[in-house]
Amino acid sequence: MTGIMSSRTTVIIGVVGLIAVIGLTFVLEPFRNYQLATIAAYLCAVAGLTMLTGVNGQLSLGHAALMACGAYCYAFTANGLAEQEIEGPVLLIVPIIAAVVGATVLGLVIGLAAARLHGPYLAGVTLAFVIALPAVTSRFSDVFGGDQGLWITVERRPEFLAGRGGTEMFQAWVAIACAAVVVVLLRNLMRSNFGRQMRAVRDNEVAAALAGINVARTKVIAFTVSSAAAGIGGAVMAFMTQSASPGAFNLFISLFLLMAAVIGGIGTLYGALWGSILLVVLPDVIGSITRGLSLSPEVAQRLDGNLAVGLFGAVMVLVVIVAPFGIQGLVRKAGHQIRSRGSLQSAPHPK
Amino acid sequence: MELERFIFLTVDGLARGAVYAAFALSLVLIWRAARIVNFSQGAIAMAATYIAFVVTSMTGNYWLGLVAALLGGAAIGLIVERGVMRFVSPVNPLNSVIAALGVLLVIQAVVGMLFGNGYYPMAVPFSQEPLPWLAGLSISAYDLFVFVCVAFVVLGLAVLFGKTNVGLRMRAAAFSPELARLLGVRSTRMITLGWMLASAISGLAALLVIPTELGLNPHATDLVFVYAFTIAVVGGLDSAPGAVIGGLVVGVLLSWVSGYLGATLSPVAVLVLLLAVLLIKPGGIFSVTKERTA
Repeated sequence: MTGIMSSRTTVIIGVVGLIAVIGLTFVLEPFRNYQLATIAAYLCAVAGLTMLTGVNGQLSLGHAALMACGAYCYAFTANGLAEQEIEGPVLLIVPIIAAVVGATVLGLVIGLAAARLHGPYLAGVTLAFVIALPAVTSRFSDVFGGDQGLWITVERRPEFLAGRGGTEMFQAWVAIACAAVVVVLLRNLMRSNFGRQMRAVRDNEVAAALAGINVARTKVIAFTVSSAAAGIGGAVMAFMTQSASPGAFNLFISLFLLMAAVIGGIGTLYGALWGSILLVVLPDVIGSITRGLSLSPEVAQRLDGNLAVGLFGAVMVLVVIVAPFGIQGLVRKAGHQIRSRGSLQSAPHPK
Repeated sequence: MELERFIFLTVDGLARGAVYAAFALSLVLIWRAARIVNFSQGAIAMAATYIAFVVTSMTGNYWLGLVAALLGGAAIGLIVERGVMRFVSPVNPLNSVIAALGVLLVIQAVVGMLFGNGYYPMAVPFSQEPLPWLAGLSISAYDLFVFVCVAFVVLGLAVLFGKTNVGLRMRAAAFSPELARLLGVRSTRMITLGWMLASAISGLAALLVIPTELGLNPHATDLVFVYAFTIAVVGGLDSAPGAVIGGLVVGVLLSWVSGYLGATLSPVAVLVLLLAVLLIKPGGIFSVTKERTA
């Protein structure tokens, strides 16, 4: 992310983009607003994962379970507050904070173990973690509501919005606000001294340690921060669907998050944005194409979902082999070419 | 009554553990050949089982299906290695994990598109009722069949790597690919062979274990893969005997946990075991090397 765009440009792009997206929520139909909110919820988790995997070199398949942790913490807090007949902004903000705290604590515990593991071992442990999640929720079904999960009392849209937009618009606002906070904080973290330490640990742990970096501490903090981001994503999901269930946060979601990070361009927040958009838009596009083909109901049912998953998998493999910097890498390359065509005395570009 | 239940759980755990051991062996094979933990192994095995299922349904013969699972598994292993994994840059070890996960998604999606996401019950060639002439041990004919199959795999691998020329070449290629190549071993071909062998074995393991569970489904091997990964790590990813012993031990442990503490707790027990081994003895219980770098 560094070097090409100045800090000020990024801030301007961010503010303009944010205003544009908020403006968009006024013109989109409710279903599109819901999709927009889903993109923002994914973005929280994908941004956290792309920092962890791309910048710090820790591959986690457990982020769906961390999202689930956020969702359940949100559910417990929101239902508890609703029982006390507390409403208003408190019913929205306190559960989200609780989700962040819960996911942070869980992330810290996993991160402490993860700091001692490398590459495929961490991936395997976090995989076991996400697979074990339904076992925990069904074992303690009186707390977690078993396979059905929990219904959540959420804060409804404020009264002043009643004439202007639907519930979906309010959901989109909340989701976008959360995603904006996550992205800004992660961006600053990745550009800070700590960001450099994370990169140093990723590239060579021994060298990083010799340079005076506390390797284990860096890895634990990276995992904890990333978990907190996933927790916010889970809380937003819980807020939108008004439920928290183990089925909504299975292995597939973990793989989807990784896919979004990799395809978008691992280690970059722009990449996380492209990937999150793709996660929501591509299945939708494929769905409308297959509906247009007037297939038999049975074939359509088989293609539904599977086609998008297969395409995602294939693209992820292709990205790893052919374009390791993902969509964002291609965008930057295109940007370079346009710029170098504009100026006659273009210097050779880094990467 | 208590003792009978204990024996039943132990024997059942041994039978399952034998299958998990075979699956773990396939992970060890690929690790030794290519230094890759193959996260798509479960999907490859699942696809091979679908091939066996189709062949058995068409011919009505279980044994043709079993052969089809072995050949189909080897073919898928060949395609995955030559088509995808060979081109993944080894510079970053995460790349091969991500690529394998992509392959997993593609295979599951393709199988889902061809067969749907429903469950198919699968027939077994032998009865799963306890044998009367082994009263008190509650071993079924199918359990015996599983033990024989796995023993055949283990012995076959021992002979292959210990006694044959091909096995020696495979070991050389795994130990030092460049040096082996200079000595006339076609290292890349040996790696491909390792993948084919491993995929055939995992296909057999899936074919043996899936009929005893809910049935054939694109996700039928998700949990089995986690068990096998745990076993491979417990045994030490480099160690074939470790995988076999680890498989039997973990199988029995899981059977006890699900029998005495509740069936749903097995995945949690696996997670605890995996964490404990990795944190206390990260080289695995049977590993000879002091430290492992992935």
